[in-house]
Amino acid sequence: MSVAPVEIERPESAEQSRPVAEPDVPWVTLVHNDPVNLMSYVQYVFQSYFGYSKDKAHKLMLDVHHKGRAVVSSGSREEMERDVQAMHGYGLWATLTQDRG
Amino acid sequence: MAGHFEALPRGGAAVALDEVEIAILRSLAVQLLELIGPGDEPAEDADPLAALFAEGPSEPPADPALARLFPEAYASEESDELRAKSAEFRRFTENDLRARKRTDALAVVRGLDALSPKGDGGAVLELTAEDSQHWLGALNDLRLTIGTRLDVTDEEESEELYRLPDDDPRKPMVMAYLWLGVLQETLIETLMP
Repeated sequence: MSVAPVEIERPESAEQSRPVAEPDVPWVTLVHNDPVNLMSYVQYVFQSYFGYSKDKAHKLMLDVHHKGRAVVSSGSREEMERDVQAMHGYGLWATLTQDRG
Repeated sequence: MAGHFEALPRGGAAVALDEVEIAILRSLAVQLLELIGPGDEPAEDADPLAALFAEGPSEPPADPALARLFPEAYASEESDELRAKSAEFRRFTENDLRARKRTDALAVVRGLDALSPKGDGGAVLELTAEDSQHWLGALNDLRLTIGTRLDVTDEEESEELYRLPDDDPRKPMVMAYLWLGVLQETLIETLMP
């Protein structure tokens, strides 16, 4: 599980006419580890919001716990904003980022 | 059933609470409501259409507990561009999030107020499946808030917090934090598919 840094310095060039929005590059929702949320709660949220299986939700929860964060979904920026909003609704610490990896 | 939630056969969950537990839970939920506050929402007598389009704040809250309840959506510390995206996201989502958290905390207060205590002041709280969702949200928000106030960090450092001497001023808050954890954990067990 690797996610590229969000902002990468790119040299200015003549080809800089590329639009800022990069629709082909997917966005991802990251859930970050925090010391308060219960492991069972994080797994419950992954199961009930994303509809992930018990095993998948459990594995993602452990990734968050051990690696500090995990990618829990990917898609368009709008979709990921929706997922991040939902995660905040559940009280999980989540951000979205463009997966340039 | 004392001290922890159990699933009810017809759905929902129940927990037996004593008089002190009812009072503490209610007090914590009211404090949470005061912390969350009405935010930048327009007054209730304002034009409902205006309320629908009212924008929320763009800056994260200064209070650390509120900042945890209403986090940034992008890695704002990495660039101005991402900070601007977080600000925009916050303007369009924070009011809804605040309203949801208020609804959850209010459901706790109302649920406790609706109890009919027995002679010893205790009562059995019964939650419907819908109530359970509100309680789950409010219990989590309470733990996030208290955890931030207590500066709960990673598990090892927190061990120390759980072995405080009785005369430590943080002791009652730590006890409440751990108790809320048991309530939340057992409520989740009743909800797990």
